[in-house]
Amino acid sequence: MVPVLAAGSAETALAFIEVGALIFGLGMLARLAGRLGITAVPLYLIAGLVFGEGGIVTLDVSEDFVSLAAEIGVLLLLFALGLEYSDVELREGLRTGIPPGLVDMFSSAGIGLALGLLLGWSPLAATLLAGVTWVSSSGVISKVLADLGRVGNRETKSVLNLLVIEDLAMAIYLPVVAAVIVGGTLTETLGSVAIALVVVTVILLAALRFGRGLSDQLGRGNDETLLLAVFGLVLLVAGIAQSFDVSGAIGAFLVGLALSGRTEERVLVLVSPLRDLFAATFFVFFTFQIDPRDLIGMLGWAVLLAFLTAAAKVLTGWYAARRMEVGTRGRFRAGTVLIARGEFSIVIAALGVDLADGPELGALAAAYVLITAVLGPIATRYSDPMVGWFQRRGSKTELAPAAVS
Amino acid sequence: MTEVQETILPGVGVRHDFTTTEGRNMGVVVHHDGRREIVMYKDDDPDACSSIVSLNPTDTQTLGEILGVSVVAEVVSEVRQELAGFSLDWVELGDDSPGVGGTIGEGEYRSKTGASIIAVIRNARPLPSPGPDFTFFAGDIAIIVGSKDEVQQLRTTLCG
Repeated sequence: MVPVLAAGSAETALAFIEVGALIFGLGMLARLAGRLGITAVPLYLIAGLVFGEGGIVTLDVSEDFVSLAAEIGVLLLLFALGLEYSDVELREGLRTGIPPGLVDMFSSAGIGLALGLLLGWSPLAATLLAGVTWVSSSGVISKVLADLGRVGNRETKSVLNLLVIEDLAMAIYLPVVAAVIVGGTLTETLGSVAIALVVVTVILLAALRFGRGLSDQLGRGNDETLLLAVFGLVLLVAGIAQSFDVSGAIGAFLVGLALSGRTEERVLVLVSPLRDLFAATFFVFFTFQIDPRDLIGMLGWAVLLAFLTAAAKVLTGWYAARRMEVGTRGRFRAGTVLIARGEFSIVIAALGVDLADGPELGALAAAYVLITAVLGPIATRYSDPMVGWFQRRGSKTELAPAAVS
Repeated sequence: MTEVQETILPGVGVRHDFTTTEGRNMGVVVHHDGRREIVMYKDDDPDACSSIVSLNPTDTQTLGEILGVSVVAEVVSEVRQELAGFSLDWVELGDDSPGVGGTIGEGEYRSKTGASIIAVIRNARPLPSPGPDFTFFAGDIAIIVGSKDEVQQLRTTLCG
C-alpha cells in the first residue's frame, strides 16, 4: 500500500476510485443478495469474473492493496469461525459427531478426490478439490436455518454437530495441505508436515491452557482497545504460523478458538463488520485471477460434481439425523441443507493457485460454489414438498399391483 | 415438574423442550446473544417446528414476570450479587420447624435476630413483603436478608 500512496496524487486518486467503485459495487450486490434471499458470496464471485483477468474491466494500480485485503479476509473468516464455537460445544460435537463426520469425509471429499484424479490432475490438486467438495458452508447454512425457521427443529442439532466436525477436520487438513504445497523432496515435505502439526498442536494447547486468562486480559479495555488488540493478535499469530510454513489462516482459527466467554461475544460483534468487508474483497479477488472462459470450460464438470456431492451430502445428513431418531422428512431437510458450499471451499481452492493445475482448480471451484451456494438453499426450501411427492408416488406404485390382482 | 430436555446447538445456543400436559411439544431456543425463541412442534412432523415468537432479554423478563414463578430465582441471584456485605438466603420450613403455625409478628424475628424476611415462596408462587400477621405453613420458603450472622440466627430460629 505504501508505494501506492507515495506514487503521487494522481495515482492515489485513481487507487481510491478503483477501490471505492469496487467496494461500492460489492455493497450493491450484497443488497441485491439480501433482496433475493441468498448469500452474497456467489454474486461476489461473479463480480470478480466480470472484472479481473479476461473480464470487461481490469483493476490497475490498486491490485496490491486488494490482494493484501483479500489475504486479511481469509484470516478473519477463519478467526470468526474459531470464535463461533465454545470448548463445551466442540466437545459436544466430537462426542456425537464422529461417525457422520467419517461418512461425510468418505463420500463428499472422496468424490472430489476421484474427479480430480479422473481429470488427470496431480494428487495434490485432487486433494485440494476433495477439500473444496468436503466442507459445507456454515455461513450459508446458519443463514438458511434462521430464514426457514428451522433452528428449533430436531434435525438441526445433527447438522450443527457435523459442521463442528468439519471445522475441526479443517484444523488438521489445512496446515497439512499447506505444508505439502510448499513441497520439496519427500523428506523435506514430511519435515514440514511434521512442523505444521507440531505448531498447530502447540498453539491449540496454549489456546486451551491460557485462553481464559488471555480473554480476561483482552476483555478489560473498551471496544476500541479490544478491537485493535484482537486484530493485531490475529495478524501476528497468522504471520508467525506462516513463517513456519503453517497456513496463517489456521493461526487465526486457533486464536478464535482460544477466546472465550464474554470477550468472545464482544469480539464477534466487533470483528463481524471487518470480516464482511475483507472477506468480500477476498471472494472478488479469487475470481479476478480466473479467466471466465476457463470457468465456462469447467462448467460441465462442475454440474456433475455438484450433483454427485449433493447426493453425498443428502446421504450424510440422512445418516446423521437418523442417528438422532429424526423422521424421514427431517432427515431430508438435514441432508439438503448441507448441500451449500461457500467460503471455505474458496479458501481451500485459493491455496492451490500456484500449482500447475491451479487455474483449472480455481475455475472448477468457483463454478462449483456458484452452483451449490445458489441451488443448495433452494433444494432445502422445497425438501418437504419433494419428500411428500415421493411418498405419494411410492404409495401409488405400491397400490397399483394390488389393484390389478 | 415436567421433564425438560436440554440440547446444545453448537454456534447457536441451547434448546430446551418438553411436552405440555395437553400433549403438545414445545421448545425454547436460547440463543448466545440472549434472544429466546419459543417454538411449537408440528403434529404431522414432530421434528419440525414453527416459531411462535422471538424475544429479546427484556421481553423475556416481561413474559417471565407475567408467567411468574421461576423468574424469582434469576432475580434473587442478581440481588445476591448486588448486596456486597449482606447475606441473602433461602430457608425452607419443614413439618416440625418451630416457625410453622406462627405469624411473623409473634415470632419477633427481626427484633430477635436482626435479619428480615423479604419474601416467601408458597406453592411455587412468590409472596413479596409478608406482613406481621403472615402465618407460616410447612413447605414455605422464606427469603431472608441480613448480615451473615443474623441470617444464620434467623435460620436456626425458623427451622430449628
